[in-house]
Amino acid sequence: MANSTEKVVTKYTAKDFSSDQDVRWCPGCGDYSILAQVQRTFPEIVTEHKENIVWVSGIGCSSRFPYYMNTYGIHGIHGRAATIASGVKIANPDLAVWVATGDGDMLSIGGNHFIHACRKNIDIKILMFNNRIYGLTKGQYSPTSEKGKVTKTTPFGSVDYPFNPISLAIGSEASFIARSLDRNAKHMQEMIRRAGEHKGTAFIEIFQNCNIFNDGAFELLTEKDTKEDNVLVMEHEKPLVFGKNSDKGIKLDGMTPVVVDLSAGEFTKDDLWIHDEFEKSPARAIILSHMEEMPGMPTPIGIFRQIHKETYDEGIERQIANIKSKKGEGDLEKILFSGNTWEVK
Amino acid sequence: MSKVKEVLKLKEVTVRFAGDSGDGMQLTGSQFSDTTAWVGNDLNTLPDYPAEIRAPAGTLYGVSGFQLHFSSDDIHTPGDQPDVLVAMNPAALKKNLSELRNGGMIIVNSDSFDLKNLKLANYATNPLEDESLSGYEVFKVPISSLTANALEGTKLSPKEVARCKNFFALGLMYWLYNRPPETTITWIHEKFKSKPEYVEANEKALKAGINFGEMTEAFTTRYSVEPARLPKGTYRNISGNEATALGFLAASVKSGLPLFLGSYPITPASEILQYLSNYKNFGVKTFQAEDEIAGVCSAIGASYAGHLAITNTSGPGLALKTEAIGLAVMTELPVVIIDVQRGGPSTGLPTKTEQADLLQSIYGRNGESPVPVLAARTPRDCFYMAIEASRIALKYMTPVILLTDGYLANGSEPWKIPDVKDLPEIKTKIRTEKEGFFPYLRDDNLSRPWAIPGTPELEHRVGGLEKANITGNVNYDPDNHDFMIKLRAQKVQNIENDIPDLKVDGDESGELLLLGWGGTYGTIKEAVSKARELGYTLSQAHLRYLNPMPKNTGDVLSRFKKILIPEINLGQLAKLIRSEFLIEVEQLNVVRGLPFRTSDILTKITETLGGNNGK
Repeated sequence: MANSTEKVVTKYTAKDFSSDQDVRWCPGCGDYSILAQVQRTFPEIVTEHKENIVWVSGIGCSSRFPYYMNTYGIHGIHGRAATIASGVKIANPDLAVWVATGDGDMLSIGGNHFIHACRKNIDIKILMFNNRIYGLTKGQYSPTSEKGKVTKTTPFGSVDYPFNPISLAIGSEASFIARSLDRNAKHMQEMIRRAGEHKGTAFIEIFQNCNIFNDGAFELLTEKDTKEDNVLVMEHEKPLVFGKNSDKGIKLDGMTPVVVDLSAGEFTKDDLWIHDEFEKSPARAIILSHMEEMPGMPTPIGIFRQIHKETYDEGIERQIANIKSKKGEGDLEKILFSGNTWEVK
Repeated sequence: MSKVKEVLKLKEVTVRFAGDSGDGMQLTGSQFSDTTAWVGNDLNTLPDYPAEIRAPAGTLYGVSGFQLHFSSDDIHTPGDQPDVLVAMNPAALKKNLSELRNGGMIIVNSDSFDLKNLKLANYATNPLEDESLSGYEVFKVPISSLTANALEGTKLSPKEVARCKNFFALGLMYWLYNRPPETTITWIHEKFKSKPEYVEANEKALKAGINFGEMTEAFTTRYSVEPARLPKGTYRNISGNEATALGFLAASVKSGLPLFLGSYPITPASEILQYLSNYKNFGVKTFQAEDEIAGVCSAIGASYAGHLAITNTSGPGLALKTEAIGLAVMTELPVVIIDVQRGGPSTGLPTKTEQADLLQSIYGRNGESPVPVLAARTPRDCFYMAIEASRIALKYMTPVILLTDGYLANGSEPWKIPDVKDLPEIKTKIRTEKEGFFPYLRDDNLSRPWAIPGTPELEHRVGGLEKANITGNVNYDPDNHDFMIKLRAQKVQNIENDIPDLKVDGDESGELLLLGWGGTYGTIKEAVSKARELGYTLSQAHLRYLNPMPKNTGDVLSRFKKILIPEINLGQLAKLIRSEFLIEVEQLNVVRGLPFRTSDILTKITETLGGNNGK
């Protein structure tokens, strides 16, 4: 695993990953930052053989992403990015396959494909730009919009409940689950790097501001005055601390996380929940995934969970190698002439 | 002691096995078929089973049948009317009796004709005891109890013993038609490898059936059908689905590309996925996806990554794959979509055959979305059309739809196994040369290059948005769109220069041409040959390429006064022919979920030609 403090020897710069196409997102869109962080991080992840990168997307603002990356890429159809990416990866496991998608593309029309890609642990990296709105169709509510959301299609407020994407990914057994923010460049770069190093389905939910149709959706998490008190940056083997002066912590009270004040002297860091990304049980990752829904609790970013298990594509290659070593390379003539054959003379 | 029994030579026989869905009739039929093929008869089969896996025992809707026509001559259909009906229960008798030839033979499992089963089959009185079967030769054989007697002393439960009765029936039929049991015995040993008690029981039941035929006084005659005079070579019996799977395996070998199948199980197409899942030592990758859309989209991804990529389905699945096929049209990626057609609309008749997806295949997408469409005409033709569909997809960088149907898929016939070196080599458009590369460059056929991820410096993007020619960049220009729409249409049209002419069987011109497509080939051929025996003069032509059609199609049609198009739909090819060639055609449309009966077509021929048989 490449350590971020080590100097990485690479033949590429960010520019090598930038295509000649004009970027056509709205000025001020959070997508620009995501593109920039990917292009900045990729020289470290992809130190050679840039031709082995494939970006796949579905439909939506986020899904224009492959056109802007100077790599191989497919701009697919709505909701199906994970399936196309799966085909690419299974066909050629030497390729590094990345998916750019949005909350509508991946969780509404593509929901079925999302859960099955996670379940199968196909080695694809999914960056889901979550702006909690339909942007490209101009402002209808999405499956991650908060209940009561007023949009063009819900003039009196939406009555349905949103998906919790992190919880859904954990429940679907994705093997790497993280969250980041469009406005936190350094953190996002770290998450992209870590996803790139992971083998298996990696899912990063990126809170992304749509400044046209859902401006300020993540304001509390990104504005200078409020972000430190509202964002909890999870780090492996470190206590869950947040707040302007790192003066608040999270303690687990049974199954309930509670905020404790570290400045009063009653609690110290030793009393806090120590985050373990590799914990076998998904129970605490699920608690973390729901934390932001609890009043007074911060929104966690970072890696909720990662586990190592055989990927789908590895399993397929292993079987093929096994069968080949048992039966030898396939012989078409032998197969055609197998079964009950007879001679006509 | 039994007498030496007379052996009567027959030219051809049609047998139908019928019983409960759980009675193993499909197995019995396919074993009889394999043995019959192995002894060298020509044959043609029609499995006919309900969509329910195990409908309540004894009911009419639970009846599963398997019809088999075998001959010492060349044959093309599963036979209109069975000569022999093997009925394992009253429901099977009731459901199939009307199809049996007058005077035909009925072998029943008399043990099953109890009050309960008679009631379930809606018999007021026992047909074995009243006069209702007087027009037939009836053999009442207590198959259940004879099987139980034979298996006395085995460790099987009474329920397991009962399940062996189909092998008893098979054994009896082997005896009656003079077939050796060896291929079935080998099969039993292979199938139940891990359960020696089943091997013993099934083999015992099979042999008990043979011995019963030998010993009983009831059967005084047995029959033989001499081997057919087929062309020299090595043969095997093959079903359409197996031939399809092998065809793609061959296309993979011949193109040097690994095969990828993205698929979701659907009747009657699932077997293709099952067969191909076995060929891992060829590097075949089968991906059982979460749904039909994921099946085709994963194939598109695998195609982009340089595989021979295919997806298989039936009508409802083709409908779901529609949007993705459009993506393959736009991205100009080779993908073969196999539609094993079944009865529709909606869920329709999942286990029955139909030809009603032709227009869906040619036109059923948003936008101007041209796709080549091919159709296999016999079970063994599925092999060659799978190779041909792959060749066209790879040469023209396009999705191709290959149509088969439930009848071809499940039906089987003897196949002269081809020499691998005689199969065509398949060229691909793979490009590694950096100099002058653009993703949408065109060759003389208007086909674009295939630059595969992993190839240095050919990085490019494809997608569903309209493309500029040559560069492949997203382009919204009105004139470019018009240009590209026409270019894609022309590319598919160009395939007409690359496929064989439509062949006419019979005179090249005349009063009547029967024009068909797909799985009706055998029946039309049979009907034409019968009409000729009656003195009629007529010709037959059969389309294997539906889009584009062979270049000479219009010319062929123009040489006949009347064109008759039999189809198992309401006239989809007829519509195409009318609109394409501005000619009138006659239609024959029977949509019963079953293949045509030869007599359906023959009647229509005589109607069309009137008394005009030249006599």
